[in-house]
Amino acid sequence: MKKLMIGNEAIARGAYEAGATVATAYPGTPSTEIVSTFADYEGLYAEWAPNEKVALEVGVGASIGGARTLVAMKHVGVNVAADPLYTFSYTGVNAGLVLVSADDPGMHSSQNEQDNRGYGRFAKMPVIEPADSQEALDFTRLAFDISEEFDTPVMLRVTTRLSHSQTLVETGERVEVGLKSYKKDAPKYVMLPGFARLRHVEVEKRILQLKEYAETTDLNRMEWGDKSIGIITSGVSYQYLREVMPEVSVLKLGMVNPLPEKLIRSFAAEVDRLIVLEELEPVIEEQLKAWGLKVEGKELFTLLGEYSPEMIEEVLLGVSSGKGSGLDQEIPPRPPLMCPGCPHRGVFHTLKKMKLHVMGDIGCYTLGALSPLDGMDACVCMGASIGMSLGMEKANGEDFARKVVAVIGDSTFVHSGITPLIDVVYNQGTSTVIILDNDTTAMTGHQDHPATGKTIRNLPTRKLDLPALVKAIGIEHVRIVDPLQLDEFRQTLEEELNRREASVIIAKRPCALLVKKAPDKEFYVDPELCKSCKLCIKIGCTGIYWVEENRKAVINPNTCVACGLCPQVCTFEAIKIVEG
Amino acid sequence: MPKQTTNVLIVGVGGQGTLLTSRIIAQVAVQMGYDVKVSEIHGMAQRGGSVVSQVRYGERVYSPIIKKSDADILLAFEKLEAARWLDYLKPGGKVIINDERVDPLPVMSGKLKYPVDIDKRIANLIPDTTIVDATRMAEECGNSRAANVVLVGMLAAAINIPAEEVENAIREMVPAKALEVNLKAFREGQKYLSATLNRL
Repeated sequence: MKKLMIGNEAIARGAYEAGATVATAYPGTPSTEIVSTFADYEGLYAEWAPNEKVALEVGVGASIGGARTLVAMKHVGVNVAADPLYTFSYTGVNAGLVLVSADDPGMHSSQNEQDNRGYGRFAKMPVIEPADSQEALDFTRLAFDISEEFDTPVMLRVTTRLSHSQTLVETGERVEVGLKSYKKDAPKYVMLPGFARLRHVEVEKRILQLKEYAETTDLNRMEWGDKSIGIITSGVSYQYLREVMPEVSVLKLGMVNPLPEKLIRSFAAEVDRLIVLEELEPVIEEQLKAWGLKVEGKELFTLLGEYSPEMIEEVLLGVSSGKGSGLDQEIPPRPPLMCPGCPHRGVFHTLKKMKLHVMGDIGCYTLGALSPLDGMDACVCMGASIGMSLGMEKANGEDFARKVVAVIGDSTFVHSGITPLIDVVYNQGTSTVIILDNDTTAMTGHQDHPATGKTIRNLPTRKLDLPALVKAIGIEHVRIVDPLQLDEFRQTLEEELNRREASVIIAKRPCALLVKKAPDKEFYVDPELCKSCKLCIKIGCTGIYWVEENRKAVINPNTCVACGLCPQVCTFEAIKIVEG
Repeated sequence: MPKQTTNVLIVGVGGQGTLLTSRIIAQVAVQMGYDVKVSEIHGMAQRGGSVVSQVRYGERVYSPIIKKSDADILLAFEKLEAARWLDYLKPGGKVIINDERVDPLPVMSGKLKYPVDIDKRIANLIPDTTIVDATRMAEECGNSRAANVVLVGMLAAAINIPAEEVENAIREMVPAKALEVNLKAFREGQKYLSATLNRL
């Protein structure tokens, strides 16, 4: 019987069936479940790499070494891995390598919505885009063959909606392809200028061969219907289109780079009106325009966000399905927020009180930027906080640096916080860096990393010693403190900020969601003592809420985990432990 | 088998267990031989944000997401979320609301007000609305955390899918030690909605 699988599980299954023996990744929504699923297959190698660059480099080595290899990351992870990627396109593969880029139109869980099909054009590699989980499995399998046939890495490009939608999948049997033999071949794999010039010739030949392949592959298919409109589309947009316009003619592209020019021209010749339907950038449309085809695209459809069936219906059919419920009511927004007991809350509460300039980073703690904590000045990409804090200091001087902190999670620090910290030491910065060490990669669903001491399969391994690492870099002042002990945390932070030397504070406390045991006490707000000052409300915890009728704070026993933060914030000692 | 696709929209607050509910319903639809698609939310929104799971089943399903004004049933784990997603309900659709209030951040901090009687206002607007205290019912079954399975029971009764199939799916997806409570919670939910329907 067919099984329901999210797109990410189907990709892992496709790699498994294709005989892949190595899979690497750094976790990142919406890509995370790909390699965590692959790790469930026994006897194969899977790893969480410290970052996407390393993940791809391990993949490159495995491919050259002869193993079919799957590498997965979110769209912005490909930026981190772009350096090896562009040159790996020159060397080509030995055994097949498929790089999954999981893009996030609509930014469900990302800092931008870049369109990674662009990488395919820049790196001159094939890009394949499935439209449901069955295609995710089948296309992944096929991608390994394409990789080997054309001696190229292949990008499998998916989006959040594909990665996290379950659709029915018919699985197949695994093919044991075995290891390809490894032979030293320096002109192919050593990219010195003299060798690379020759490889570039091969890359240009290859992209022409891939263009020919694109003309005939089953990955691209025409579905004829009403020829007054012909729509070229790919990915989940195809499903939205079919939902609202089952009758139109469609050229569904499964291979979005390189494009099949002849096929597209023959499709264009048959239809009265040619439209490209693609989320985000006009990647397909602009190429068609460069060929001189008359085509509509982004003048109809937005460059912004995720598409939907009703949006396509509205643009192409002029019907609006959103009639409105008739509920005339403003609905307060519900942004995500830190969990009750979250160790980050203690940090951001303190940073706000001290009115510091906070250079932030990527993780659950980025939520510290939101009201009521309002505790972040800038957040750009993984690892940027430390470099930004040094830049702030170099721009404004050492006195200003007494008011600047960098805040970075443990997994993010290992990902790309180490080199900027070396820069701080090397260039005599006096930054104060807080590593929020919650012993996991929390935001993406609790993956292990080098500093947790466990592998992707939850097996023990040598644990990266963060304090020793930081000291080895040349930071002399390393403090470890519990961020939910507010007085101690604040005192430590003041001391290190005032020091005209670089220092690192490790705010150490496990993620509240990892704490399995029930709280050993219960708190309540004594209404006699509560002076309605709302200080406890301003920590932004769902464990405590405000009741306007009597103007008192109340603990919610269902959500409170008794972390003890709000009693420390209350200046009237109104929050007490329930006796007995 | 009905040609028409059934659209089930399940909404709530990250952490309330909407994912398990949508997966149970989807699994049952698979066992009944339908084409099925489910759209889920993972990642940042799960941290206490507004979350939505969409289950679509029928003879042939294309889009994994439901169009506005096209959901046959809206199951809300939280009252405000019912209101937020009400635009997605089709005319004549059903609404099931868990009588649970979870204040979003702007309300907790006093910047905005939680709309009073929001569930009753929805019930006035949508004739086929059922409001239930699933948390209390789950508590009575032995564990308040089985509230999502109470809601599965109500959903199963509302969209008329066979209880036996749902119970099998629950057996597959729920850990053994929690099974008994969950099965009881499911049956209570189912009974509750059937009784409500009979009163109508």
